[in-house]
Amino acid sequence: MSASYIFRKFKNSLFFGLCLVCVIIAVVPLLSILYEVIMRGAPQLSLQFLTKSGLEGGIGPAIQGTLILIGLTSLIGIPVGVLSGVYLAEYGNNKYAASMRSINDVLTEFPSIVVGITVFSVIVLGVTGSYSPIAGAVALSFILIPIVARTTEESLKLVPTSVREASLALGVNKWKTTLRVVLPSARAGLVTGTLLAVARIAGETAPLILTILGNSYFFQGFNAPMDALPIRIWTDARQPYAEVQAQGWSAALILILIVLSLNIGVRLASRGRLGR
Amino acid sequence: MVREQICMIKKLAGDNLFKILTAIVAASAAVILIVNAGTLIGGSLPVLQRFGTYFFTGTTWNPVEGRELFGALPYVMGTLVTSAIALLIGVPISLGIAIFLAEMAPKAMKVPVSYLVELLAAVPSVIYGLWGLFVLRIWMQNYIETPLSTYLGWIPIFSGTPFGLDIFTAGVILAIMIIPTVASVSREVINAVPDSIREGAYSIGATKWEVIRYWVLSYGRSGIFGAVILGLGRAVGETMAVTMVIGNAIGPVAMPTSLFKPGQTMSSLIANGFLESTTPIEKSAYMGVGLILLLVSLLINIGAHIMVTRVLKVKGGAVE
Repeated sequence: MSASYIFRKFKNSLFFGLCLVCVIIAVVPLLSILYEVIMRGAPQLSLQFLTKSGLEGGIGPAIQGTLILIGLTSLIGIPVGVLSGVYLAEYGNNKYAASMRSINDVLTEFPSIVVGITVFSVIVLGVTGSYSPIAGAVALSFILIPIVARTTEESLKLVPTSVREASLALGVNKWKTTLRVVLPSARAGLVTGTLLAVARIAGETAPLILTILGNSYFFQGFNAPMDALPIRIWTDARQPYAEVQAQGWSAALILILIVLSLNIGVRLASRGRLGR
Repeated sequence: MVREQICMIKKLAGDNLFKILTAIVAASAAVILIVNAGTLIGGSLPVLQRFGTYFFTGTTWNPVEGRELFGALPYVMGTLVTSAIALLIGVPISLGIAIFLAEMAPKAMKVPVSYLVELLAAVPSVIYGLWGLFVLRIWMQNYIETPLSTYLGWIPIFSGTPFGLDIFTAGVILAIMIIPTVASVSREVINAVPDSIREGAYSIGATKWEVIRYWVLSYGRSGIFGAVILGLGRAVGETMAVTMVIGNAIGPVAMPTSLFKPGQTMSSLIANGFLESTTPIEKSAYMGVGLILLLVSLLINIGAHIMVTRVLKVKGGAVE
């Protein structure tokens, strides 16, 4: 064996070792985040802490607010996103659809703070006249719609044309075919993609600062400021008191539980019963 | 006969109605973009008219009534510098992960590892910020910044007292946050490189590393470049995590002249100051910063998508 060959073999293993090191470097922050959130967040957890209002030292309003936002945003964002996706997948062979598709692509990486400013100017100042759950939900929908539209399109495209043709051959309308045959066949991908998108918006913070503001009280109505877990984490983290900071960590633990259980649950389900 | 025709007409009407309805809903994408761009352009007109080019080249940020002066340069620079640090640190790591997952990992490891990397993308940015503020900051201050400033403090970019809440920490946390994006897109690009390329290289005696380095990576380079630009787009738009660790300087001191200095990005400036702003001209200044951020991010993302799709399309068969 020549020396150069041995050197090349050595270089080969060296670089593969480095690649493994890269993987480890990336996993360390993840594990550290999970560890710290549990160690610093878990001790304060109690039923009282989870259900009491901010004045009594609990995070009840924040949990309630996050659930309300998830609900409202899904109500606005999912139908719009799915129908856009249906158009892009089923009638998308034209210039109009191509441009909407590119805009959606660009919007999925849109800076979320910019959405916050826009919704502040349009909804908070113009429609509700105050920081409000509606404004928060609209801002989050702006982020949700493009993602849902893209995943809907992707999953509908995976449905074989033969399925559509079979239905059309039976004399079923195109629109009924789409709603009754194509959408149900793409169910697994749709549910997975949508839930992942919801998990993503559940943790969004930047647009909420400018739209729902935060509140120590429970839900005050659709045109009053509301609390949410990300906002609570942000305000608590900036306080100088260790006790309040600890509450922020607990809020982070709850938020990460919501987000990760959506993520992990969806993936387990899509491998099992809903599996592709 | 007539009944059949009516039936036919009904059928077509239903189909057309559905098509038109979904087409209208699909316009939501354009509506979102136009509403955002329109609001920001309209909102920033006052500040652009009053200060003109100073808004882009000035460094003073003075909201005191009667003496207002707004220059956005330090924050534009802050965004560019933190994003550049994120790319310098994040891209090599992401490429390593992508190569590991696409070419090296045994099947049993592929799924769990790619899953862990994806979870990194699922962690909300405010939790990155919290972790950065209480954990990463201490690591950075004790193990990285203090040694660097002790031994290399004479180099301007390492000057200053390392406190942990600075431009460097912001760049590092952004690097962690762009890893999932860059790694997963690069992995797709590597997977899209035809096997015939690899087989050809092996047949002339290349080692696995040489195949990756000289054939696979150079074949997919424009796609990988696209992945990097996508990561850049994420870094530029990221708000909360950066806001919590960058130290939030305002005015001329926010110019990123040293890594160990508090700074400010466009997004963190807005997150910190927008709600506290009182006069209309000050609000308009924040919107102007938002407009610059929007334009930068649009440019970056459009470029990235063009490059990524160009490569992934080739996979479909015909190499043009």
